[in-house]
Amino acid sequence: MTKSIAIEEATELVSIRRKLRKEKRQLFFRTIGQNKAAVVGGFIILFYLSLTILAPVLAPFDPFEIELEDKLQGPSTEHWMGTDDKGRDILSRILYGSRLSLAVGFSSVLFGAFFGILLGLIAGYYGKWVDTIISRSLDVMLAFPGILLALAIISALGPSLINVTIAVGVFSIPLFARIVRGSTMEVKNLEYIDAIRTLGANDFIIIFRHIFPNILSPIIVQGSLRLATAILSAAGLSFLGLGAQPPSPEWGAMLSSGRDFLFTAPYMAIFPGIMISVLVLGFNLFGDGLRDALDPRMKK
Amino acid sequence: MNTLLSSKKPILKVSNLKQYFIVKREALFQPKQVVKAVDGISFDLYPGETLSIVGESGCGKSTTGRSILHLDEPTEGEILYKDVSLTEMSKKELRNIRGDIQVIFQDPFASLNPRRTIRQMLDEAMAIQKVLPPKQREARMLELMQNVGLRPEYLERYPHEFSGGQRQRIGIARALAVNPKVIICDEAVSALDVSIQAQILNLLKRLQNDFDLTFLFISHDLSIVKHISDRVMVMYLGKIVEISDKASLFKNPLHPYTKALLSAIPVIDQTIKRERILLKGDVPSPLNPPTGCRFHTRCPFATDLCRDEEPLLRELESGHLVACHFAEKLSAI
Repeated sequence: MTKSIAIEEATELVSIRRKLRKEKRQLFFRTIGQNKAAVVGGFIILFYLSLTILAPVLAPFDPFEIELEDKLQGPSTEHWMGTDDKGRDILSRILYGSRLSLAVGFSSVLFGAFFGILLGLIAGYYGKWVDTIISRSLDVMLAFPGILLALAIISALGPSLINVTIAVGVFSIPLFARIVRGSTMEVKNLEYIDAIRTLGANDFIIIFRHIFPNILSPIIVQGSLRLATAILSAAGLSFLGLGAQPPSPEWGAMLSSGRDFLFTAPYMAIFPGIMISVLVLGFNLFGDGLRDALDPRMKK
Repeated sequence: MNTLLSSKKPILKVSNLKQYFIVKREALFQPKQVVKAVDGISFDLYPGETLSIVGESGCGKSTTGRSILHLDEPTEGEILYKDVSLTEMSKKELRNIRGDIQVIFQDPFASLNPRRTIRQMLDEAMAIQKVLPPKQREARMLELMQNVGLRPEYLERYPHEFSGGQRQRIGIARALAVNPKVIICDEAVSALDVSIQAQILNLLKRLQNDFDLTFLFISHDLSIVKHISDRVMVMYLGKIVEISDKASLFKNPLHPYTKALLSAIPVIDQTIKRERILLKGDVPSPLNPPTGCRFHTRCPFATDLCRDEEPLLRELESGHLVACHFAEKLSAI
């Protein structure tokens, strides 16, 4: 092969590569687009994200401003979702609250996923006594009901939204670790891992470049499901008074304060409740669709 | 051939290799059981030759390959590569020398990472072994693709876009990327169609010539072995029963097990009448191998000596080694 041909071929290859990358991107969107539920889920999440970003623009009132003469008003043209027992506009509070819920959800899942994936990869890849130690410790954590474990952590750290994030994150660790450990054990015995070992790759390359990308699908699905659960748990803990403290517009806390007025002013609890359930639904739907689209083997 | 081989220095020397696997005990308080997959085998591999290992499934031929590659740490024994002991190396030293001994696996569908393009695989192989600086790798990749008979634009594709034969070529390209000296072909063509098998075998032969490769060819298919090998090693239940150059083994098998194996090769010419030696029973469990000669439970010629005393591998003719007490007598039959 002469040099000029080689260069020509190389430049041609670059353009082919670009085209293929574009095709791959298109395929991802097409696959996920075919899944109606995933599209709905995606739009729900987008909707919430835009609320989060646009809260200062959209909110008609200051979420913290107390107008006692306007308290406990039902939905009206002025206050679309009514006002709470201190006369604050519920719509404005919900808009600002979406920031808290999403932030708590994402950070606790990232926290749990990071440590869970790390522990799972180590336990699954090295096996033997390393696995025994990690797995037994995770079993201890799993033995506690999640909310109880969170309660214990919060009672040690003190009630605050950050501690709720840590607590929810901590009880996500064993779930991620277990899934990752199982998948790792499955993948590490495949021949392509043997092949890369014979090439002389070190454990770091094997684990993070070859095993990890091949076990992403279950992690992503678990991640989206955990996001839903984390948001729910965080709201639950705030509802119990352990997370966000008043006057914070956290949805769980709003739900909690609405509980006292369930008969006289049900909208105080209904709207935060709807917001929580729809968001949880959105993450669940989207996670499933994402899994199908991310797996290159699903291509025809 | 033999005199030529023995005058050379072996590139790979395996001595007394043992590979035991511990299996879970069946019930509490029972001792842990040990599978003796490979039980003390010794052989030499000479540069440029193709040595085949044949035997039924479970005889330890693949395990031998995996032990040499250190995919499973050998229980006992020594593996010398160019007079350096692989078994005594530190992990880091072993990683550096690994490029010299490569493997081609049986299943072309499991041996390629589904999430990496061919370019990524080849590039990574060269990067790990520091074969070439990044800028020169592009040209080398195109060359490799040409070597194994794949079009250069396939570099951008993922494994699932290829057929079995093409994937096997990719596996070969990946092994070649690090300039190996020895390639272990673990049933490298067994999963392919017959027509594709021939293509891949011819490719392997051509590459062996072009790059001075040494092959350890693991297979259960005797017709392929006959086609590709210089020497053949027959294994039974973790032991070598016979090792010889190809011509001598196929013409004059000395071990009763080899005789039985060879009689199982189908013949196209119907006018040739051949007596098929049928072995009774199954291969005994490697959990509990027979005493003495491991083959005595199925050997039509077994005597008390075979049951009590294990036959050693001894050289009967020049370069033709066999492990049977009665090899001299039987060769006359």
